[in-house]
Amino acid sequence: MSLSREEINTRLNEVFRDVFDNANISVSDSTTAADLEEWDSFNHIALIVAIEKEFGIKFSMVEVTNMHNVGEVVDIIEESKHRNG
Amino acid sequence: MKELEYPFEGGVLISKRKSILRKLRKSVSQSFLSKKIAILGGSTTASIRDMLEVFLLSQGIDPEFYESEYAQYWQDAMFGENLIEFKPDIIFIHTSFRNIKELPNLHDSVRTIDLKLEKGFEYFKTMWEKLISRCHCPIIQNNFERPIWRLMGNRDAWDLRGVTNFVSRLNQRFYEFAQTHSDFFINDIDYLCAQYGLDKWHDVYYWHMFKYALAVPATPLLAFSVANIIKSIYGKNKKALVLDLDNTLWGGVIGDDGVDGIGLGPEVSMGQAYSEFQSYVKSLKDIGVILTVSSKNEEGNAIAGLNHPDTVLHQEDFAVIKANWNNKDLNIREIATTLNIGIDSLVFVDDNPAERAIVRCQLPEVTILEVNIVEDYIRTIDNNGYFETTNFSAEDLVKSKMYTENTKRAELALSFGDYRDFLISLKMIAVIRDFEPIYMQRISQLTNKSNQFNLTTKRYSQSDIEQVTVSSEYIRLYGKLSDKFGDNGLVSVIIGKKKGDILDIEVWLMSCRVLKRQMEDAMLDRLVEEAQKVGIKTLKGYYYPTVKNAMVRDFYKIQGFTKINEDSVGNSQWTLDIQSYNKRNDVIEVKK
Repeated sequence: MSLSREEINTRLNEVFRDVFDNANISVSDSTTAADLEEWDSFNHIALIVAIEKEFGIKFSMVEVTNMHNVGEVVDIIEESKHRNG
Repeated sequence: MKELEYPFEGGVLISKRKSILRKLRKSVSQSFLSKKIAILGGSTTASIRDMLEVFLLSQGIDPEFYESEYAQYWQDAMFGENLIEFKPDIIFIHTSFRNIKELPNLHDSVRTIDLKLEKGFEYFKTMWEKLISRCHCPIIQNNFERPIWRLMGNRDAWDLRGVTNFVSRLNQRFYEFAQTHSDFFINDIDYLCAQYGLDKWHDVYYWHMFKYALAVPATPLLAFSVANIIKSIYGKNKKALVLDLDNTLWGGVIGDDGVDGIGLGPEVSMGQAYSEFQSYVKSLKDIGVILTVSSKNEEGNAIAGLNHPDTVLHQEDFAVIKANWNNKDLNIREIATTLNIGIDSLVFVDDNPAERAIVRCQLPEVTILEVNIVEDYIRTIDNNGYFETTNFSAEDLVKSKMYTENTKRAELALSFGDYRDFLISLKMIAVIRDFEPIYMQRISQLTNKSNQFNLTTKRYSQSDIEQVTVSSEYIRLYGKLSDKFGDNGLVSVIIGKKKGDILDIEVWLMSCRVLKRQMEDAMLDRLVEEAQKVGIKTLKGYYYPTVKNAMVRDFYKIQGFTKINEDSVGNSQWTLDIQSYNKRNDVIEVKK
């Protein structure tokens, strides 16, 4: 089932809140690691694991290496959901 | 915490770790053990440390961590000064097959491969021996997981040149070391990787991106396993199973179906499944787990079921059987009282979710197996590590027998009008002596397990006990007690430190199964005797209150000590002048 960008955004935001245990986090397409204090290299791994779990997908090394902001993460999820029907 | 019980989802635990940790941190109380854990890694260990923190907290252990710099496990173990300064209580060495320096190849001769094996083993052995002499603390060492690829396919398993074969031989060498060294424990990642699924475990993405030797979502499983070893070392294993009968130990309802109608035995699939579960439960007895029953049944029906021709478990396998129509929380409370063990050391197994819900609500300390069908029972109990066996003493093999004997003693006590007459009729014999090598493990186990009759709740690893034993600064006593019903084994420990003509009693503990038998008097008599020999004039006792040791708050008073000090939280100090002392025990024959 393909997901709308908006749905992806909402669920992704929840993942960020879970991983950082902070209910006030609100991410947008342009959010980068530099915008969130908690988003360090270690939390980055937890974040990736959590996103994969939430959306039932698996990122490739290339995809993770090229992720620069939240929008790009949404792109990959959207594409992957589209690809897998 | 329910989400931390097997089966858990590693990925979910990683996503929700922070909020779980926050809740666990709130539950930390004075009864938690503070432990310093050093993690020496051959690959990235951050996620393992984080998950270990979560699992240890859920077991009542508040950890402080030390982590080696990336992949510096060996250098750190051999030469690291910071590690020594940290003074670890436990060292965990997280290595994987990627840390094996020289693997065999197809050009190697048998001799070359043997040399590589020897060298590979020596590399680790040197490190362990160095750690043992530098840190004197328990060491937990990963064995090796199955390698990622099999160059020769199936042949890799048996051909000496196969990496798979080499790794399994190296593991055998590790096990031989474990068999000959106490306080050295293997964390079996060879099992864990199979359980998790080798393909997923070896997701090399995590290696190439972040230098994790296993998939990050598998790190909770690994940490869970390490936490189980640690909590077992510190005596935080569960002690008893409380089992339902109908649809738990056999299929069907015996009150309705009759003893011939229940599903048990080889005739049908369901019966086989229950029989296998009964066999598993019976073998738990051998590792010292106490078995009990709480069943909503007429007692006669319950007993009839345990006399079924195909039953593996019999009435005498259970220390307590509660078959009645009372609420189960009530029965469970009584079981804990009868056995004199904490409610938090019970595991409750019942197929009925409603019964489980009542117990969870009334007795949240009880561990409840969330399983509805017989085919999941064994796997779930087994993988939760409730009874992880790190120290296996001779006591464990016969423990449930001791509890059954205690029930007989209680029956006899009722038939005597005078309690002292009862004690004399028991014909008790005690052996009270200085520590001896064969009992080191049991003594350490007792210092870690005893919570109620324990004046200072000071915990000792086996290495600690060995150090105390070789030091001339201490007077040490262990006490064993037997009577006409059987042997209670080693049940009491005292460690006193000499300071001039004063003896500081750092440890005084006793197993609750010999309460009210005057064993404490016999121990004091012997302590005074040994103390007088070396010119001690005063015994000094300490009581440090915990949530569990209120029963010994006035212990020293009862033993004739005088309180000299008590602070605002109830820590008290007591002294006893032993220059003139009258023996207290007159019912136990004491052998030195």
